Amino acid sequence: MTTETVTLTDYQRKTNTNRLGLWLFIASDLFMFGGLFISRFYLLGTGVRPELNQFLGLAITAILLVSSFFANRGETAMAYGDRKTFERSFLITIALGIVFLVGVVGVEWQTAPYGPGESVVWSLFYTMTGFHAFHVLTGVIFLFIVFRNARKGLYNEERHWPVEAAAVYWHFIDVVWIFFYPALYLIGLPPA
Amino acid sequence: MSEKKSSIFSIGLIRGLLGMLAGYAVGFGLVSVIRLLQGLPVWAYNPSGNQYGFSEPAWVVGAIFGIIGFILALGVVSDWLKLMDGQQTPEHPADAFPSGVRRYLSASYDHKVIGIQYGVTAILLLGVAGVFALIFRTELAQPELQIVSLQTYNTIMSLHGIVMIAGILLGVAAMSNYLVPLLIGANDMAFPRLNAFAYWINVPAAIVLLSSYFLGGFDTGWTGYPPLSQRAPLGMDMFFLGVIFVGFSSIFGALNVIATAIRQRAKGMGYFRMPIFVWSALATALIALTATQLIGLSFEMVMFERLFGMGFFAPEKGGDPILFQHLFWFYSHPAVYVFVLTGLGVISEILPVFARKPLFGYRWVALSSFGIALVGFLVWAHHMFTSGMASYLRIPFMYSTLLVAVPTGVKFFSWVATIWEGKLSFETPMLFVLGAISIFLLGGLSGPPNATVATDLHLQDTYWIVGHFHATMFGGFVFPFFAAIYYWFPKVTGRMYNEALGKLHFYLMLPAFYVQSLGQMQVGLLGMRRRIADYDPALGITLQQLLITIAAFVIFTSVVIAVVNFVYSAARGPAAARNPWRSRSPEFMLPSPLPVLNYAQPLVVVGEPYDYGTDYAFVNIDPDRKIAAAAEDQPAPEEQAPTAPASSAAAD
Ligand code: HEM
Ligand SMILES: [Cu+2]
Repeated sequence: MTTETVTLTDYQRKTNTNRLGLWLFIASDLFMFGGLFISRFYLLGTGVRPELNQFLGLAITAILLVSSFFANRGETAMAYGDRKTFERSFLITIALGIVFLVGVVGVEWQTAPYGPGESVVWSLFYTMTGFHAFHVLTGVIFLFIVFRNARKGLYNEERHWPVEAAAVYWHFIDVVWIFFYPALYLIGLPPA
Repeated sequence: MSEKKSSIFSIGLIRGLLGMLAGYAVGFGLVSVIRLLQGLPVWAYNPSGNQYGFSEPAWVVGAIFGIIGFILALGVVSDWLKLMDGQQTPEHPADAFPSGVRRYLSASYDHKVIGIQYGVTAILLLGVAGVFALIFRTELAQPELQIVSLQTYNTIMSLHGIVMIAGILLGVAAMSNYLVPLLIGANDMAFPRLNAFAYWINVPAAIVLLSSYFLGGFDTGWTGYPPLSQRAPLGMDMFFLGVIFVGFSSIFGALNVIATAIRQRAKGMGYFRMPIFVWSALATALIALTATQLIGLSFEMVMFERLFGMGFFAPEKGGDPILFQHLFWFYSHPAVYVFVLTGLGVISEILPVFARKPLFGYRWVALSSFGIALVGFLVWAHHMFTSGMASYLRIPFMYSTLLVAVPTGVKFFSWVATIWEGKLSFETPMLFVLGAISIFLLGGLSGPPNATVATDLHLQDTYWIVGHFHATMFGGFVFPFFAAIYYWFPKVTGRMYNEALGKLHFYLMLPAFYVQSLGQMQVGLLGMRRRIADYDPALGITLQQLLITIAAFVIFTSVVIAVVNFVYSAARGPAAARNPWRSRSPEFMLPSPLPVLNYAQPLVVVGEPYDYGTDYAFVNIDPDRKIAAAAEDQPAPEEQAPTAPASSAAAD
């Protein structure tokens, strides 16, 4: 077993490197989301948006925001060695993430009036929500892997970099949605 | 490691290729099942339309699964899978084979091995792309069509461009992977597993990219503009997929370089004591990390148009083809600096060694790389002056483009001042460095006419542009790349290359390149359009076209000579000395070939990197690698060179 021989200082040094790596990855990914975001305004301006279920949009946005709260609660709990709270919080985060996915792909996509080939409005809608939902999916998987490993007792209050990474990644996905939600649901009017 | 006889399946590459086949099969199967459920035909063969059996989605999903299958079967991600499962893995993974050819054909986590893997793959791809060039140059040697059809010409010309670019990206990664850890006194990159993954993803990606030739090809050139790319044959998808996955590799490689340069530097190596190459690798990585996402996105959007009927760039659906060009060039302009910045770093790195003088204006050169990288993000629309974009955008982009000349000029000024009154010697690496400077000058000078709107309206899409970017890329990548290979060859192989063959390579390639590039510029000015298979004899450029073709063959021959030299010398060359160039760089304090563990004894930086001609050392390191316990606490041994004064003003 190697971890037992890794000193805490080494672990922290390695964690700092990992942290830098994660943030670099997020910076990179932001350019992809930024490109989509800019394309949306380039093509539609501020006058047009797809015709969507406003209630559903508000609901899934609220769900995602709340899930981020639980992700943070779980991470903090782990930092204080409170495993019970950590496990409960991460489970709630995962559940809310799945609800979000079902809301977008299972409901919104299925009930939308048009398919992706109808016009550029709908191409943008499916692509933006699709890329975001894919990230949510990876986030859910990531959270689940960390949750499972935590139950195996791999992390403690001093060594829990994967917990932090999953939470940060989850917040990142959340922040992206904070920009995508108004861009798709709020700004502009549905084409007449 | 036990020396058991192992089957060929122990070689990662073989397993990967089989896995790739399996992945294709799974992908085809998956799409076929879905199509069956949807009541669509699975076998879409149609002699006048689809001649490739399966439908387009099946090929795309097949290729994606093929790439994944390659990676899984090769085993380069198995540590990650274990980590996900909660198992422990070693901090630095061990290689499957400790030495020999098989080590290079399997997943290795040593940055030097990965650097060589990148380098060899790069040379292979550059060679393939070179053969494509020879084919269509032969076609262009005379007016009218002689040897290829129009469709084949388009495909070969397009593949030449994109395979060269992939090769250059790999070559850049080869240099930064091999050199950055060595130059900063580290034992490896920050993330060895990610490093291996980033390399190996290129192999299936290159296969997919080249497979486009057999799937109908594509006729858009390397830029893939819609609406043409939206209608092009199946090969277009393979082009997109190949580029997207090579792009992932760039992104992960760049992330690794940045993390390495920031986190792994040796004791005492502040940012302004890093060898200058590291600065340029860092600036390159910053571009590759961020901008690459945009080319991936733009290509994905076109693929969605092809597969799902989306309409981002289709006016009839409310889309706008100009948007593609914005997204594409937002990457592809900065990408040209990815191609050249590392090479320019090699020039600045090697020049002082052969001039026996400090690099002039170290800090300015270091920062100029960042200047180029940052300004490079603000100039993309200079490729779009004739595209029909809003015309008020032209002037700001013209000025921002001309601004790039300032940081680039800093580099030239530094090179000239470094050469000035130096004690030059002209071994092969130095020749290539000088050749690079002269050619990059030609490329740089041919840029401002393109950046000036009034002249670009005439030059756009002519062979002048082809001449321009071949000069920048030969000056900024090809010549420095060869300089780097010759210069670090003794460190890599432990043997010396053949100096006579090296010089022959140089003296063939340099004049041939001038003939080619100046010829391209001339025929462009006389009216030769780029990317076409035929031209009007009345243009009066037939002789120049023939000369360009001959020059292309000479360049190719010279590269063959170089490869022969490398292969032969690596096996049979005379043993190399520890420091054949009297370099101050830390890797030249180590034995040749380099040991597996770079710095068994920690290295301490005590001076400036380029104080050639002074008595001050750059690093303190025990040349015999006696692992002195707690070396940091002990004063430097007597026989070592004196430590530089706190503020060494000798440099500039
Ligand atoms: C002072 C420096 C430079 C300036 C002002 C400059 C300017 C330009 C401009 C304005 C164009 C567009 C021309 C057109 O399509 O009408 C262009 C094309 C191009 N430049 Fe440069 N350039 C410079 C340096 C470089 C460098 C260092 C590279 C690196 C390899 C490079 C690579 C290219 C490529 C690849 C194209 C053609 C793209 C295509 O249409 O296929 N340039 N350059
Ligand atoms: Cu450009």
